[in-house]
Amino acid sequence: MEIIARGQGRLLMDPDPDRAREFFRTKSRAMVNKMTTVKEAVKEFIHPGDYLVVGAFGAVRIPTAILHEIIRQGIKGLKFGGFTATHDFEILAAGESFDFVDNAYIIGLEARGLSPHARRYMESGKVEVVEWSNASFSWRIRAAAMGVPFMPGRVLLGTDTFRHSAAVAVRDPFTGKPVALYPALYPDVAVIHVHEADIYGNARIRGILVSDDELAIASKRVIITAERIIPHEEIRREPERTTIPYYAVDAVVEVPYGSYPGNMPYEYYSDEEHLRLWLSKERDPEEFKAFLKEYERLGISRDTINEFADKHGIDVFA
Amino acid sequence: MSRYNAMELMLVVASRQLEDGKIVAVGTGAPGAAGMLAQKTHAPNLITLFEAGGFAPLLPSMPISVGDSRTTFKAIKAGSMNDAMTMFQRGMVDYAFLGGAQIDMYGNINSTLIGSFDNPKVMFPGSGGANDFASNAWRIMIITPHDKRRFTPKLDFLTTPGYLTGPGAREEAGLPSGSGPYKIITNLAVMGFDEETKRMKVLSLHPGVTREQVQENTGFELLWAEDLQVTEEPTDEELRILREEVDPHRYIIGRA
Repeated sequence: MEIIARGQGRLLMDPDPDRAREFFRTKSRAMVNKMTTVKEAVKEFIHPGDYLVVGAFGAVRIPTAILHEIIRQGIKGLKFGGFTATHDFEILAAGESFDFVDNAYIIGLEARGLSPHARRYMESGKVEVVEWSNASFSWRIRAAAMGVPFMPGRVLLGTDTFRHSAAVAVRDPFTGKPVALYPALYPDVAVIHVHEADIYGNARIRGILVSDDELAIASKRVIITAERIIPHEEIRREPERTTIPYYAVDAVVEVPYGSYPGNMPYEYYSDEEHLRLWLSKERDPEEFKAFLKEYERLGISRDTINEFADKHGIDVFA
Repeated sequence: MSRYNAMELMLVVASRQLEDGKIVAVGTGAPGAAGMLAQKTHAPNLITLFEAGGFAPLLPSMPISVGDSRTTFKAIKAGSMNDAMTMFQRGMVDYAFLGGAQIDMYGNINSTLIGSFDNPKVMFPGSGGANDFASNAWRIMIITPHDKRRFTPKLDFLTTPGYLTGPGAREEAGLPSGSGPYKIITNLAVMGFDEETKRMKVLSLHPGVTREQVQENTGFELLWAEDLQVTEEPTDEELRILREEVDPHRYIIGRA
């Protein structure tokens, strides 16, 4: 195939399907109890320098507890898949936990505005950025899930987003037209919050999927946080409802209200007051530091968040 | 005092562009409001699509995220991003709305950064789904305030493709032919794109706005339609629906 153009961005992760196969050949197929704690899951499965992707979309169905634990354990140097990332990005930027971002969407919180701290961190020059779009990033995950080296597609072409990506434009041998190729992305670790899971990691998601079914099977390690743990028999009774199979999953943690302050489809809406509080505290770097300390002390759970909320005069789980 | 503010006019003009029975990709904010208004007026069978996987919801109120629960309220499908994005690529998405920090005469958009890539002065979120929408939706529309800083002769970063460098450039880059920017709706005017040169062309001026005013607020030379119109004002009924049913809390129309 004739190569027409090459993005100049760094291709950080190896897209080679044979090396990925070697890994997946060794991944355990054992259906064993994978229940653990937030602390242990992070300690065991997320290491400095790992490439991390967080599931779901924006402040919807995010694994908040794991994100705060990453900060708490002081894990640095992560490589981050900035794919529809909003409050999740805001939390990890607060911990200055990453130094590389494949960017599809970062810094912003959609209609809520931009995160002042995430912006300062990104403008500081401490983070290497490679540009993508939502579709091209999701197709990188899809390529990995399929075990092929790339997916072709018709986005990014002709733009600076392409120039600063690691995509390649080639001449399609069938039509003779230019087409973009997006290299497979096999993340080291993915963290996904779900509605229900059994102790082995068979997981159910309701509402929008984004790319989480494919993200789970494309990633080398997967941590699931779940609103509820359900009996394994439930999974067997309605197998069509399984979004993520156990053999993709390494750790399962039960975290009720785990997406808080984000939205959990069919369960609870986002706490906009809480998200606005973050944005306002971030304006002043010193005040933000104190705010984060308070967060760290309390952790995120249904019991402690009320204490936090009282202190800041906001209404949660009313 | 005017019967309506600039945002209300922009939303009404945007909603009128949407034909019944078509598919429109919307986001949060103004585009969502324009889509809802169209559904409640002339286009009851207009289908809204959200890139995170929400298909044809009966929106109870404005979503705050493109993926939040409201985007699947009484929807026909809660799917994946791939479901949504491949729909664009297959040619099923008729309209999409976008915004951005900068736009040039060919309708190219910057939502990534001000300054240079290696030394950015200000950083924005990046493409998100914008590049994907603009690459593959049939008709792209932009709702934006009109000022010189935004309507610039040279983008700091071309995030999202319009007509790129002019006629034939999209096809040459590999983007689908027959697609591209369609209408730009601002607080001053409605603009389209010249068939031949693919440059931005003013189609109508809002009531009370002059040609000079529009040109002064634009950083490049505009083309002008031979039959330059005055934008048709919102009807009382459109304003009533917009204020009472679409945006009763004035989240969007209160911004004007």
